[in-house]
Amino acid sequence: MIDKTVRSMAEAMEGIKDGATVLVGGFGAVGQPNALIDGLIEQGAKDLVIAANNAGVGHVGLARLMELGRVRKIICSFPRSSDPVVFETLYRAGKIELEIVPQGTLAERMHAAGAGIPLFFTATGVGTKMALGKEVRDIDGRQYVGEKSLPGDVALVEAWEADRWGNLTYRESGRNFNPVMAMAAKLTIVQAQHLRDLGAIDPDHVHTPGIFVNRVLHVPYGDPTGF
Amino acid sequence: MSATATTAAKPYTRTEMAARVARDIPEGWYVNLGIGIPTAVADHVPMEREVVFHSENGVLGMGPAPAKDAIDPWLINAGKQYVTLRAGGSFCHHADSFAMIRGGHLDLCVLGAFQVAESGDIANWATSENDTAPAVGGAMDLAAGAKRLWVMMEHTTKDGTPKLVRRCSYPLTAVGAVKRVYTNLAVLDVTPRGFEVIDLAPGMDFDTVQARTEAKLFLTRQ
Repeated sequence: MIDKTVRSMAEAMEGIKDGATVLVGGFGAVGQPNALIDGLIEQGAKDLVIAANNAGVGHVGLARLMELGRVRKIICSFPRSSDPVVFETLYRAGKIELEIVPQGTLAERMHAAGAGIPLFFTATGVGTKMALGKEVRDIDGRQYVGEKSLPGDVALVEAWEADRWGNLTYRESGRNFNPVMAMAAKLTIVQAQHLRDLGAIDPDHVHTPGIFVNRVLHVPYGDPTGF
Repeated sequence: MSATATTAAKPYTRTEMAARVARDIPEGWYVNLGIGIPTAVADHVPMEREVVFHSENGVLGMGPAPAKDAIDPWLINAGKQYVTLRAGGSFCHHADSFAMIRGGHLDLCVLGAFQVAESGDIANWATSENDTAPAVGGAMDLAAGAKRLWVMMEHTTKDGTPKLVRRCSYPLTAVGAVKRVYTNLAVLDVTPRGFEVIDLAPGMDFDTVQARTEAKLFLTRQ
């Protein structure tokens, strides 16, 4: 019997190594796997590369992980937030690397990684700083920048529903980066608000098929708060 | 458009600018409004004129802000403000949302900007004196991907420095992308010969607008 559900946070986090590239879902607080981020803080892996849209708020979650000196590099589109003090302090002090990526390129780099596409071309960033050091190619009269895929060792994903095969649904704008991150990582760990019996999620309504998912932890935390 | 005295000139307020932009958006367009002053444009498109607003965090068919007692904590826009969904609206993941943008499916994107050049170059994500970490978000995708890019901004900075320039001095967001600019003084099309003034704020005259613009302006051919 396939059963991807795990009973404890320790089991969910098992095997995440120092130096891992960790993809973290969410757009602001919505769809952000806060329990799993806390689990990663507890687990202890360091020298991490984090890919996420934002770079943390206040002193909790991703900001806390950075404040503990566990993040070597962050790959994101928008490191600012309502309270980006931890990231900005580390960045000014030269204690964290930043790779800034246009938001659509960030999503597509992970989507491509999940689809086995190592390099793709996009018009986004042509003629800007983002194209520096990258291949620019003329295709049918328009210029495009070559962007490499962004595979993860680990993805931390927040879902609304999950079953023991790892089929997932997301809620409203909580979907955001979660599906492409689930596709892009070797080890996809999900926190789900609701565990459903196998077959209870309408197959037509599955957003992420279970093939992309390795572990599911039931975390019924309620509504997202704060940004 | 004569060069008469401008004592009666009334620059557009932010609200009037938003209304002026909204006037030019026809029914049926799919539109992304950038974070900041463009967000207000949606308030001036009447509900019966069906314009579909897109937010890059995977919301298509976004409606106005909810009443305080009707907030849905799962439904936010790109500016991380609570919004609503119209009947017919839908959600998607980030790669699909940016496929809508980068695949040329949006009829229009309206962005704010620090500078727009007469060639249509736009600079709106970083200023050279900015010492905090750069943050680009979805601006480059929107500028390069939408069928049309309009900019909505004040005509000059607070200290009077022109924002419509020959060449952007700030880091670029996209090259040759802007089609039209709405400012508090005028509406200008970006054409092969440069900025063409197609409309003026009430009482505003061409020479006054030119005096506050670094790039050379042209009157649109009638």
